[in-house]
Parts: sequence; C-alpha cells; structure tokens
Amino acid sequence: MTRIDAKFAELRAKGQKAFVAYMMAGDPDQETSMAVLRGLPAAGVDIIELGMPFTDPMADGPTIQLAGQRALEAGQTLQKTLDMVTAFRKTDPDTPIVLMGYYNPIYNRGVATFLKDAKTAGIDGLIVVDLPPEEDDELCIPAQAAGINFIRLATPTTDDKRLPKVLQNTSGFVYYVSITGITGAAEAQAGDVGPEVARIKAQTDLPVIVGFGIKTPERARDIASVADGAVVGSAIVSEIAAGKPVDEVLAFVKSLADGAHSA
Amino acid sequence: MNELFNSFMTGPDEKGRFGDFGGRFVSETLMPLILELEEQYERAKTDQSFWDEMHHLWTHYVGRPSPLYYADRLTDHLGGAKIYMKRDELNHTGAHKINNVLGQIILARRMGKTRIIAETGAGQHGVATATVCAKFGLKCVVYMGAHDVERQAPNVFRMRLLGAEVVPVTSGRGTLKDAMNDALRDWVTNVRDTFYCIGTVAGPHPYPAMVRDFQSIIGKEAKEQMMAAEGRLPDTIIAAIGGGSNAMGLFYPFLDDKDVRVIGVEAGGKGVTEKMEHCASLTGGRPGVLHGNRTYLLQDEDGQILEGYSISAGLDYPGIGPEHAWLHEIGRAEYVAITDAEALEAFQLCCATEGIIPALEPSHALAHVMKIAPELPADHIICMNMCGRGDKDIFTVARHLGFDMTGPEGRDAG
Repeated sequence: MTRIDAKFAELRAKGQKAFVAYMMAGDPDQETSMAVLRGLPAAGVDIIELGMPFTDPMADGPTIQLAGQRALEAGQTLQKTLDMVTAFRKTDPDTPIVLMGYYNPIYNRGVATFLKDAKTAGIDGLIVVDLPPEEDDELCIPAQAAGINFIRLATPTTDDKRLPKVLQNTSGFVYYVSITGITGAAEAQAGDVGPEVARIKAQTDLPVIVGFGIKTPERARDIASVADGAVVGSAIVSEIAAGKPVDEVLAFVKSLADGAHSA
Repeated sequence: MNELFNSFMTGPDEKGRFGDFGGRFVSETLMPLILELEEQYERAKTDQSFWDEMHHLWTHYVGRPSPLYYADRLTDHLGGAKIYMKRDELNHTGAHKINNVLGQIILARRMGKTRIIAETGAGQHGVATATVCAKFGLKCVVYMGAHDVERQAPNVFRMRLLGAEVVPVTSGRGTLKDAMNDALRDWVTNVRDTFYCIGTVAGPHPYPAMVRDFQSIIGKEAKEQMMAAEGRLPDTIIAAIGGGSNAMGLFYPFLDDKDVRVIGVEAGGKGVTEKMEHCASLTGGRPGVLHGNRTYLLQDEDGQILEGYSISAGLDYPGIGPEHAWLHEIGRAEYVAITDAEALEAFQLCCATEGIIPALEPSHALAHVMKIAPELPADHIICMNMCGRGDKDIFTVARHLGFDMTGPEGRDAG
C-alpha cells in the first residue's frame, strides 16, 4: 500500500473527496517554491502534484509553460526537484507526492537510477505525459516494480475500446483529463464530466480524479461532486506567476480545497 | 538474388521502432488519433487508387520526375569524381517538401479531415502545405517561430497569399521546435476535424515511415535515371539533413545496395563544439525523447532540449529523424557536419559553375561533395540531392557576403 492508496482509504472513511494541487518545482525560485510546497498540506491539499520543468511541455498551456521556463531559468534541475521532496519528507511523512512531467529528463538520468532516487526521496507516483500505454516498457512497468504508482491520463478521446489498455497498468488513481486540449484551457463542465467518470469507473476500482480547466472553488466542488476528487494546476500557478506572497497563494489553495471538500 | 542478407528496408517494427529509435511518445489525447492515422495510412499504402492520384499530381502539378543532372563544369572544377545532382529544387514550390505534403493531404481528405495544421522553420514546408491546401480548398494553419516569421517575410507573404493563416509562435524561444510544440497543442485541442501535416521524417509513428515513403520517390527516380545515364548505380549518395526528409527520400531505395556509400550532412553551424552553435544532432547530440520519438537530440546534461544554430533555417532543429539515428548506429550511413562558412562557399561555387542557385540546405551537401570529390577517381559517381532552390536564401547570403540589398538597386557594401 502506497501513501496514495492510504490517502484514498482515509478520505473514503471520512466520506470526503480528494483535492489535488499542482505546482511547478523551482517556480519562480527554489526558496519560494519550497515554502509553497511545505504549506500545501495545511491548506487542505490531499495529494501534491509536483511538476518537473521541461523545455518542451507539449501538453501544457502558456501558464505551465512559463512556470517551467521560470524554474529552469532559476536553475531548477531534476536533482533539485528530488532534493525538495527529500527536504519536505523530513517534516511530512504522509502527504503523497506525485511527480508530473515529461519523459526526456527521466530517460536522460537513466530509468533505474531515477526510480531508485525517487523512491529514496519519498516520491509516491509518477505522471509522465508523453508515455502512453504503448510505451509501458519504458518506465511504467519498472516504476510499479519499484513500488511507485504510475498514474495514467484518460481523455475524452480514450474510447471504450481503448480504455482497458489505458487502465491496465495504471495504479494509485486515474487522472481524467476533462477536455481535449492543453492545461489551463477551456473550463470543464460537471455535466459533461459526470458520465465520463462513470464510464471509467465501470471498468476500474481505482479512484478517478478530474483535472484541466478547473479554476475556482465552485468549479472544484462541482467537479469533485461527480468524481473522486479534483485537480487544480494552472490557477494556482497563475497566483505564483503574479508574484503573490506565499501566504496569499496558500489561502487561495485553501479556498479551492474547501470547495472540493464541500462536495 | 540467392544470397541471403538482412534488409535495411524492413523498418519500422509494429511499435514504430527502428532499432531502439522512433516509437510513439505522445499524450493519451493524441494516441487514438495516431493509431487511426496509422490504420488509414496502411490501408492507403496498398490501395492502387491512392498511388494513382499521387502519381497524377506528382506529374502534372509538381512536375515529376525531377531531372538527374550531370554537373560537368563542377566535376571538371573539382577534378575527381563525376557529380550528378537530383534536381528536386525544380519541383513546384521550389523544394522536395511538396512530395510529402501531397501524400498527407490526399490521406487527410480520405480521412474526412477539413482543417490542416503544419509547422515550418524556413517556410518551405509551410508554403508547400498552404499550396496543396489552396488546391484542394482546405483550411490551413501554419505555426512558425516568431523569429522565423521576421526572417522569412517573403515565405510568410506567400503562405498568406495562398490563403493560409500563419501563427507566429512566441512560446519557448519561438523557433522551429516551439512551432512543432504549438502545432501539437493545436492538434490536442482540435482532435476531430484536424490533420497534422508534419514536414519531416520525425514525430510519432507512423510519421517517420509515412514521410519517408512519400519522399522515396526521389531515390526511386534517381536509381532509374542513373541506370539510364550510366548503366549502373552511383558509388556515393549525399544529402543534407535537418530533420532528414530529403535525405531519407534519396537514401531509402538504395539502402540494400550495399556497395552504395550513403552520407548525410548535418549543419555544423559555427563548428561542432561544446558551445553548441550547430544543429548536428548525430555528430554532437545523444539519444533522448522529443516530439513523439526517441532519437538523437541536442540537450544539456539535465535532459533539457537546446536550441540549435545554423545559417540555414531549414536545418535549424535540435533533433533528427529516428531512422537516421538507427542508420547511424548500425553504420549503414555515415553522418558528417559542414559549417556555415563551408556551405556559403559551396553555394557560390554552384552558382558560378552550374548556373544553379541552390538553397542553403543542399549547399551543405554540396560542400561535402567539394571535400571528397577531388580525392576520388574519375569513374567514381556521386549523386547529391539538390533538394531546394536558393531564392529564399539570397537575403541571408547577401548579408553574410557583406552585400546590402536594402536600397532599390542594391549596392555593394564591401
């Protein structure tokens, strides 16, 4: 049982939906980013998605692209991202952390080395956008063997015929991308999302979390009410981009968490 | 032939791999689209009516076959091997790009797609795509790095005349790779009606194989024309490489002719050094994953992608087609780098000796011909791919040669 599995068991017992928050590691600099990361659990975040910056984030909209650029310009590396998690774990042994990003920096480090270091740092899961099930041998299978969840994205283009393939080696939870598009784009509508979540849940016992296009506490509540939880990324990153102080960023995160938890 | 040997022409495998290279490294949203494209392409490939339509348009719209031309004055000047040029710069729109665009657009029409998107660097692929879209009345959106939009104003205007929407890309650093990122973002957003027409032998499977198949008309013609002219195959074939589509098109039909030496020429920019002012992915990069495939990439020690540099905007890409990466690793093809200065010298020599203004891309291939031809015997035959004409490059070349063209007549700045 990973920290992610434990968290969902705990939420189920409380009858509460999950609130998942995304932030880019090293944005706008290591110190600020570390302060936000440390504050997320107290702001009500159940699972943290920590972005690994990449020069060519093909599935991301301008908000996350720019966050990655800021982080890289401030000197963020994969090692520094792992170091942030190591530091975080010293004071928070329980909140699950999922690394999210693209394959090349991982491939460049070497899959075996990366998994060993990620496990040691206290990483619980991976979301790697450019690794579909067709490339499972690359990282998904080795990650599961190393005891790290591999969380897959399901999308509106994932039809019923393809869904079992997407679910097959997924663990931890399923991340349903509520729109066809990039992060931070059009707003998701709960009315569209509900049937899609039901379609996925008919084929898996894993929790289904919905993300992309959720920007307000109200929307987080609406979406969480038709799923097992909601993810917010770009809206939080925008607060950081606007140069808001850490406590204001965390207050916004708390409002989103309260929204999702009220579902 | 009774001799059994391993063919170099069987790739990619069912996972879209050439050895360890290639693959389908895309987001889940795109995966079903890529599988559908693969299925439809496999069907079209074996459908005679598909190829009949292609050949009709290649003949009457593009102007194929392109000539195979014996460059006698250049041969005499270099004083060694006999030099032939495959004249793909004579195609409609001035480069090899349209060979592939026609294939993809005919396929898009068969798939019922009504909106075509493309990325472009120098603008040649963008112009070819806009051209074929105009011919078929399809909506066309071309992503082009903001910096390239400024540098390549004539091609931007051509695309707009042809009815295409040109989107200046400011994400990342606003270069060709960023244009490809934004084209992929568009595709992820407009999955139902949109077809992504990739301009080179890169991207997720089936693009590298499909683009190669469409460009292979270059090598097939060259082979037949060489047999007609010389009664035998060339000893050496040479082509320039950015992503590598003109090179793959020339090379592919010759891969199993083991006596034919195959040379790809990358852009060495200001020299292949640790300063990374070049685009030589094979000579100066290492394997990684970008834009849907595993291949050689210019990247830093943390796996972040670097910007390439070349005088030639068409070679200015930090990756290379996965089949080239494989041919490099197994040693079937050799890859060398040519600097800006060497390419400029070849550009001028070609103008002066043959009356052909070459694009800066094939000028790189020609520069390598200049290096090796003098050392080879007179009965050694070289075939190089003159994959584009230089009209688009005269401003760049003028600047590098110190010639000011800003005035109404132009004046010698030197």
